[in-house]
Amino acid sequence: MTRKQKRLTLIGSALGVLALAVGLILFALRDNVVFFYGPGELVEKHVAAGTRLRIGGLVKTGTLVRLEGKSVKFEVTDGKADVPVSYTGLLPDLFKEGQGVVAEGALDTAGVFKADSILAKHDERYMPREVADALKKQGVWQEGGAAAQGAAQPAKNPAGAAQ
Amino acid sequence: MIIETGHFALALALALALMQVVLPFWGARARDANLMATARPLALAQFALVALAYGALTWAHVVSDFSLVNVIENSHSTKPMIYKISGVWGNHEGSMLLWALILSLSGAAMAVFARAIPPRLMADATSVQGLLSVAFLLFILLTSNPFARIETPPMEGNDLNPILQDPGLAIHPPLLYLGYVGFSIVFSLAAGALISGRTDAAFARFIRPWTLAAWIFLTLGIAMGSYWAYYTLGWGGFWFWDPVENASLLPWLSGTALLHSASVMEKRDALKVWTIFLAILTFSLSLLGTFLVRSGVLTSVHSFASDPTRGLFILGILVLFIGGALFLFMLRAPTLTGGGLFAPISREGFLVVNNLLLTASCAAVFIGTLYPLALEAWNGSKITVGAPFFNLTFGPLFAPILLLAPLGQLLAWKRADLLGAAQRLWFVAALGLVAVLGFYALQGGPVVAVIGAGVAIYLMTASFVEIWGRVFPQGFRKSANAFGRMAGLPLSAWGSALAHAGLGVTLLGLAATGWGVEKITKVQKGETYQVGPYALQATSIEAAEGPNYREAIVHMTISRDGKEVATFDPSKRFFKTRQMATSQAGIVTLNLGQVYVAVAEQSPDGAFDARMYWKPLVSLIWLGALVMSFGGALSLADRRLRVGVARRAKVVGAVQAAE
Repeated sequence: MTRKQKRLTLIGSALGVLALAVGLILFALRDNVVFFYGPGELVEKHVAAGTRLRIGGLVKTGTLVRLEGKSVKFEVTDGKADVPVSYTGLLPDLFKEGQGVVAEGALDTAGVFKADSILAKHDERYMPREVADALKKQGVWQEGGAAAQGAAQPAKNPAGAAQ
Repeated sequence: MIIETGHFALALALALALMQVVLPFWGARARDANLMATARPLALAQFALVALAYGALTWAHVVSDFSLVNVIENSHSTKPMIYKISGVWGNHEGSMLLWALILSLSGAAMAVFARAIPPRLMADATSVQGLLSVAFLLFILLTSNPFARIETPPMEGNDLNPILQDPGLAIHPPLLYLGYVGFSIVFSLAAGALISGRTDAAFARFIRPWTLAAWIFLTLGIAMGSYWAYYTLGWGGFWFWDPVENASLLPWLSGTALLHSASVMEKRDALKVWTIFLAILTFSLSLLGTFLVRSGVLTSVHSFASDPTRGLFILGILVLFIGGALFLFMLRAPTLTGGGLFAPISREGFLVVNNLLLTASCAAVFIGTLYPLALEAWNGSKITVGAPFFNLTFGPLFAPILLLAPLGQLLAWKRADLLGAAQRLWFVAALGLVAVLGFYALQGGPVVAVIGAGVAIYLMTASFVEIWGRVFPQGFRKSANAFGRMAGLPLSAWGSALAHAGLGVTLLGLAATGWGVEKITKVQKGETYQVGPYALQATSIEAAEGPNYREAIVHMTISRDGKEVATFDPSKRFFKTRQMATSQAGIVTLNLGQVYVAVAEQSPDGAFDARMYWKPLVSLIWLGALVMSFGGALSLADRRLRVGVARRAKVVGAVQAAE
């Protein structure tokens, strides 16, 4: 093999792998990205039924209904709009009325959000970041309020927090 | 007093680090051997001071000194001792101090063990290492001081996040940091080589042991983190393509590429520019990981608290070091000339393919991890890039590596016989095919699982074909003196065979997840549940009291074909101080697979909701990582890697004769 051929092989294979990587990434980004909306945004945007997405907000107090089996129904709110959610399966440890929640799934034609997973992820303030942001956007979030208590400012009165 | 000593030691360490930046660097310019020789004692003294500071903070946690904000926020007098000690790094300030400790440990290790490195390169590298210490010590002292006091100490602390109260906390962060920060040595050496403008094949030899050591720790750290997430989160998953996990995978991928390209640089004096680039890239990705985890741009159990000034500060460090190193690279790279080109069908040709695929898969993970952040900064929309993206991009880019690695091992340097190498693999390839058919007949199930398992069997066996050929050069029948030849093989040959085989072991574990069984059900006392081949019976439900939590325990027995094989006690813990519940999954390992039960909340009738899994061969996922690290350790122990430059010529001759 001549020097030129060797160089061409090297450059060719590098470009080949690069093209493959770029192609795969662009293809995957088109179809495998899930958007996140708060209930208010969801209502505004008129998302088509069947589109996979994540919603997040607070579980509206008084809306949690446990159906037979492991099915539950509840509403997610950001103070501006409420979205009914139905889910079958185990709820995460931190799922409670009045607490933050993120659900992944799709809207059905009746406008009910069919969740196939309820996320247990949370930070030490028991509030998913997306939810906190969505609530801030709607002006419902109060810094240092019940939801933000915990690690936010624990140094001031740790003995009180311990009780 | 002890606290003040620690605080003072940290400030003094910063002063020494500043001296470490200036003196050796100046010495290298002025060609003053005495000034250059300050590198070693400065690095050692700096390490001693940071260790003192770290010891002081540990002491404060152990004796529950609630006059420290850090102790109040993260400790509690009733917390078990192991979590008082490991809890030191279970919070932002302490974990940054651990980072700085390991950074100065790396500098000290380089000063002590790297005596073969020429003094000028050593001086410049130590100076860069000192600059890293300056940046991180400043970060700690200015934005994240663990020694901050409070005027009126409370009686009790807030306790540590219950999820972190786990033996995993004692093991995972130190291992991961040893990996992350271990690459700083390689970075400093690369930057030093660029500053002094001299790189030759010996450079690859200098960085190889450090790359290998950091890689071993990073492999173990990632595996440990994955196992911890697996048993503690109660979802039975072990890898979530979470940005924090990806942040550790990125330097692993580029570090693996670096290990392989360094061997080309060492043997063939080629790929110099590329190897130096990878050395910079790998530690840059470690820094990026620290930024992602510590700045609070992501929120997870890892980002203990978020504070924008910290984020900006780390971003500044990131820009300074990555930008600075790349600028230096841009200036100097054109002046580096090397052996240049080589035949595509050769060991080095295949190592280039390995590097292309590893960096491409690294890029895919990088984009998947950072794209959501970039998009949110761009137009505010929030998206999630999850497993489907990574399966579709990382999967196809990484898969060819699994097939090509054994082939590359069989090729000679310079010019090789592809057909001959392929012929030597036909037997193991056939074995892989038989495995595919066998697994299909026995387990059926998803095609991906069956094919993955077949590839895993191929990789595990094919990795040893090279060793087989060297032990039995004339076939198995003429095996006279085989043991002598086996003992005479360099440890690094066993090392790379084991590391590749370990990848196969992990792959088999991953493939076998396709045959897992999941059951979500209500567990009641006395009832029996069939999960895969095992029958699980809940014998009793008990309430218990731990040191700082209440616990509800479900005692269960596992039996197969009517015979009891094991008992275990999944439980749910409720931590009073933090008002937080955690699941203690019950896990029993049977024939390399695991029965996994996690209980959720108790309903008023006393029953528990529970997730039950049978996960065949799942333990292989982490055992494979252990095998990989062991292979790395064997390679590190190889005598050839420890010899000095002076004897290099002779050694290289010996190696070529052996191959």
